[in-house]
Amino acid sequence: MHKRISEYIIETCIRLSGLVVIAFVFLIFLFLLKDSLSLFGVYPVNGFLLGIHWLPISEPPKFGIIPLFLGSLYVTFGAILICVPLGIASAMFIAEVAPPSLKHILKSLVEILASIPSVVLGFIGIIWLGPFLKTTFHLTTGMCGLTGSLLLAFMALPTIISISEDALVGVPKSFKEAAYGLGATRWQALWRIILPSASSGIFAGVMLGIGRVIGETMVVMMVTGNSPIIPTSILQPLRTLTATIAGEMGETVSGSEHYFALFAVGLVLFIITFIINFLAELFLQRTRR
Amino acid sequence: MSTARGRQKAAFFILGFATLLVVLPIILTILYIVKNGFSAISWEFIAQSPRNGMRQGGIFPAIVGTIVLIIGTMIFSLPLGILSAIYLVEYAKDNAFTRLIKLSVVNLSGIPSIVYGLFGFTLFVLFLRLGTSILAGALTLSIMSLPVIITATKEALEAVPYSFREISFSLGATRWQTVRYCVLPYAIPGILTGTVLSLSRAAGETAPILFTVAAFYLPRLPRSVFDQVMVLPYHLYVISTQVPNMPTSISFATAVVLIALVFLMNLVSILLRAHFRKKKQW
Repeated sequence: MHKRISEYIIETCIRLSGLVVIAFVFLIFLFLLKDSLSLFGVYPVNGFLLGIHWLPISEPPKFGIIPLFLGSLYVTFGAILICVPLGIASAMFIAEVAPPSLKHILKSLVEILASIPSVVLGFIGIIWLGPFLKTTFHLTTGMCGLTGSLLLAFMALPTIISISEDALVGVPKSFKEAAYGLGATRWQALWRIILPSASSGIFAGVMLGIGRVIGETMVVMMVTGNSPIIPTSILQPLRTLTATIAGEMGETVSGSEHYFALFAVGLVLFIITFIINFLAELFLQRTRR
Repeated sequence: MSTARGRQKAAFFILGFATLLVVLPIILTILYIVKNGFSAISWEFIAQSPRNGMRQGGIFPAIVGTIVLIIGTMIFSLPLGILSAIYLVEYAKDNAFTRLIKLSVVNLSGIPSIVYGLFGFTLFVLFLRLGTSILAGALTLSIMSLPVIITATKEALEAVPYSFREISFSLGATRWQTVRYCVLPYAIPGILTGTVLSLSRAAGETAPILFTVAAFYLPRLPRSVFDQVMVLPYHLYVISTQVPNMPTSISFATAVVLIALVFLMNLVSILLRAHFRKKKQW
């Protein structure tokens, strides 16, 4: 009888814990929404979503999200241009070209990159990469969008490489063998047969990589110059959605308009990453089938 | 045929070059940090408190703070993560509720770390009145680590052959008995590996602890879970951006200690995996 009761308790815990996971997502959404709505009670939604000035401490304050959104977009786009081709090419090399011993070393190195804390990469950006880019491109400051893009590209690489590599390795061997049987070279088989077959998995990897880039905070706060104006070039200082929250939260009075505005920025980030991850999951499910 | 071979050679060369462009900066970055930071690392640096506006002395409180925070995160996230994964793999039926849980896990894993910071601040620091404290920080990091732990545990449970469960059921065991005696013992290695890995990520995170626990400068050890603490990643952020005239050797040395801590945890996870793989018998 005693056994029955303990079993009942543990099974109840197991069932509840599933519920708790759902509850967290709803709680996060709810808390962000609640404080965002407090902003929209006193500040127009249009002015927030379409405003081109982010001036939280001017009189009257302006909370236009466009400069921050464009800042995130510039940095993310720059990072994608670098990390997507590099990531897919490395995944192809690791999956199909490298001999087993080299493959093992390369995969370990990618795992090492994944584990380097972002604040360390930000530090590298301040101490080396920023000054290097400044002298190379004769910029007024090295703390600009490009520095952020380069570092973020590296942060997204492990995600893109490991998921793409899984997708490439997961293509049935018979596909490759059939191609060889028809006289294809290893490259032809890889390019024409394996790569297209793995495309939805690779796409999912790219989406998850982009999700990481948009959500990354410390690196962009440390190296992109923290200037909340509409950027006209990636070589200018700018500021992303994430860096705005991290940089300004400490200075706000809780319950003020500015405080609620930062939650509204958080809500926008939540929605963007939700959509990206949902899409990635759809593509991952397609590969599993 | 020879053009096809030539094309293959060129293509493989390009792929190899791209891989080099990825791998070389990783190696150079690590070497650069270690080379510049190693000379500043001493017993004094590791075991003493910072002095003179953090420009002298050591980082002992930040090391302790980080470790305390990791342990706190483990206490909350490990049971919850493992139980949810057990639910998903062993109990859940394929229905809308289960799909909602899975979607929630995917969504949690994609939420930016700074949004966790915001959430932790409103829920734990303000709403539950925990204040800026170890407890609030550990709870925030726990929710962030949850999806990784659930995914790793799920994979470990799914890797246990289904026949193990069938035999157990056929002997009249209940579902929980089956999970407890026939599935969990064989899934432990995978669970441990994934958990240690997720905690090493949490140890390097800065954004979620910015407003929930991290202290700018607090050169003493915490007395209770309601204390603030200095934390390594935040300390590195502070000394490399907020403190003027900071000797860079101290920043480098702090980066070395932080990387060493994270790598050490990764190493533990790799060793665990190797150790258990040797014992695997099916």
